[in-house]
Amino acid sequence: MATTERQGRKSRSTSARKAADRAKANGKEAGQPPRVKNDALLDLYRKMVEVRLFEDAAQRGFRTGKIGGYLHVYSGQEAVATGFLHEYREGDRIITAYRDHAHALLLGSEPKAVMAELYGKGTGLVKGKGGSMHLFDVANGFMGGYGIVGGHIPLGVGMAYSLAYRKTGGIVQLFLGDGAIHNGAFHEAANLAGLWGRDGLNPTLFVIENNQYGMGTSVERSTAMTDLGSKFDSYGIEHEKVDGMDLEAVLDCAHRAAERVRESGKPFAVEALTYRLVPHGAADFLEKYRTKEEIREWRQRDPIGLLERTLLERDAADEDALKAIRETAKARSDEAVQFADESPDPDLTELTTDVYAGEMHVPAAGSGIGE
Amino acid sequence: MPVKTYRDALKAAMAEEMQRDESVVLLGEDIGVYGGTHLVTNGLIDEFGPKRVIDTPIAENGFTGAAIGMAMTGLKPIVEMMTWNFSFLAADQIIQNAAKLRYFSGGQVSVPLVIRGPNGGGVQLSAQHTHSLEGFYGHFPGLKVVSPATPHDVKGMMLSAIRDPDPVIFLEAGALYGTKGEVEDGDYTVPFGKARVAREGTDISLIGYGRQVNLLLRVADKLAEDGIEGEVIDLRSIRPFDSETIVASVRKTNRAVVVQEQWRWFSVASEVAAIIQEQAFDELDAPVERVSGAEVPAPYARNLELAAFPSEQQIIDAVQRVLYRVATTSATTR
Ligand SMILES: Cc1ncc(C[n+]2csc(CCOP(=O)(O)OP(=O)(O)O)c2C)c(N)n1
Ligand SMILES: [Mg+2]
Repeated sequence: MATTERQGRKSRSTSARKAADRAKANGKEAGQPPRVKNDALLDLYRKMVEVRLFEDAAQRGFRTGKIGGYLHVYSGQEAVATGFLHEYREGDRIITAYRDHAHALLLGSEPKAVMAELYGKGTGLVKGKGGSMHLFDVANGFMGGYGIVGGHIPLGVGMAYSLAYRKTGGIVQLFLGDGAIHNGAFHEAANLAGLWGRDGLNPTLFVIENNQYGMGTSVERSTAMTDLGSKFDSYGIEHEKVDGMDLEAVLDCAHRAAERVRESGKPFAVEALTYRLVPHGAADFLEKYRTKEEIREWRQRDPIGLLERTLLERDAADEDALKAIRETAKARSDEAVQFADESPDPDLTELTTDVYAGEMHVPAAGSGIGE
Repeated sequence: MPVKTYRDALKAAMAEEMQRDESVVLLGEDIGVYGGTHLVTNGLIDEFGPKRVIDTPIAENGFTGAAIGMAMTGLKPIVEMMTWNFSFLAADQIIQNAAKLRYFSGGQVSVPLVIRGPNGGGVQLSAQHTHSLEGFYGHFPGLKVVSPATPHDVKGMMLSAIRDPDPVIFLEAGALYGTKGEVEDGDYTVPFGKARVAREGTDISLIGYGRQVNLLLRVADKLAEDGIEGEVIDLRSIRPFDSETIVASVRKTNRAVVVQEQWRWFSVASEVAAIIQEQAFDELDAPVERVSGAEVPAPYARNLELAAFPSEQQIIDAVQRVLYRVATTSATTR
């Protein structure tokens, strides 16, 4: 099948290749028919391109000073969130860290509102209060982006308990990085998930976005046990690996995993092997921790490029159709930028709202005299 | 005297002490191969190797606790908090172990540990990445808490910190890393518990620390155009605290405004105001004012963030009130 052929073309044994092989050994079985039909696949291609172009625009916004603070983009990892969030059902809850733009967009947040948030405008997804790291869209199931590594993991496990307790039928998809897994919060929360899941009270689907690095520290330099899925063994949680650059493989794995979590009320974990094709944050320019060659090798496995080849090979689309999709996506991201740029700053009264529910006087900056 | 940046002065202190003393080791996230998120430790791994410049996983509680253990058994670790915002994960180790070990071991154990990193806000990092923790850490007996404002002080105070037999919370102002100043070569220390008169004046004491010191100096220049001579005091050290210098200044000026970026309630400025009224009540011609950040988690949007931190104008307004140059309501109890 297509994946095998694609891999056959590359003969060098690269880290990118090894990651794919490692995933294959555990992941989808050969010879299965594709789970998603061609037109649906084309639609997912459109989503991935929209995410990529949105991120490109965000990086430009950062470079031109329109976006402040930290900006972490998802470029290279699109197939992971796209594949997993394809399993999103109403009533589910999604939670991730600060690399969160893709998750919001894929769950249906308006690109305009997301870009406006990055621009710190009053029309932003969270009124300009949170910025890039704290996107929230509760109506679409998105329980947020969080800035403290590992800090969101216990929250996701608690949400899963709540969904099961209230018999909602929903599950939690809890995304976390390879770096976050070494944090105490992960281990405490994973233990709780395993424990509560024994009684069907923890429908958490852990998705490890293993992009090989936490900032400048590789997985190998972070732990003596680099098989990250195995961390879940200690907590009685089953797990598998998937090639996170291959959308079809992710779709297949995500489907099985989500079904199983939904039916059993027990947690399950997937380690998606992927790669950040961009620096950790938009402000980082030195990348002393990895080589240009490595980045080049992984670029060969850019999830969008791989999917394009599949679509063409299957005659699901021709070059013109793909180009049209890219152009429409570009127009959408341009629109988002224009909207963000033209939107007003948040009203200054917003400074002191949302600190508590309801009315409570919040002193402004300064001396508090004469207020 | 050679001119250095705050960042280079800080690095020089650590590098020089590492050359002199093999028991000094560094630990932290991305301090080695990556060069340090704020480049403070850039190059040190090449000079001292990975056994002394230890890149850690993202495990603040674990590596801070491990550093305490190292300190208890003959090493002098310097832990980098990539930013102090992440120290909450290590707060249990810092507060429950580092601060109290000497006491609850009946004096058998020392913890010669430095924890350092950037603190404070101003670059739109929003709620989870913007804290000024002087008051928070200053609350705990057993910790020493310092906040140097100049390249000269950051080197001298880092050397004091490394040689100190007790745990030191070393709060660098992230916004100051690139600022330049004269820094002596070689070995010198700036002692803890000694404030600095950054500018002499007779009319009002302007008290702050960290990056607020530069703000106060700018304000003092402006006030001077108006004939008001402000005396700017840089606290340098939060615990131990130099009440003597503060009280002496207020005896001279009879008026004080205390400025900080952190929240007002239960803060350093509150403590300074209390000390002044306890020790110099009869000398005061007006209530002490505290100028602080808004009592909200830090917002992201630029306009909101600017509104959340003390501004020059707010300080000038406070000075005018304390000098009774404008009508004033009495200090609120909020
Ligand atoms: C508790 C904590 N420590 C340190 C940081 C600084 N930091 C931000 S992102 C990051 C790397 C996280 O890596 P990973 O979990 O693999 O996610 P990725 O960035 O690769 O998506 C670090 C160390 C933080 N935000 N929180
Ligand atoms: Mg990572």
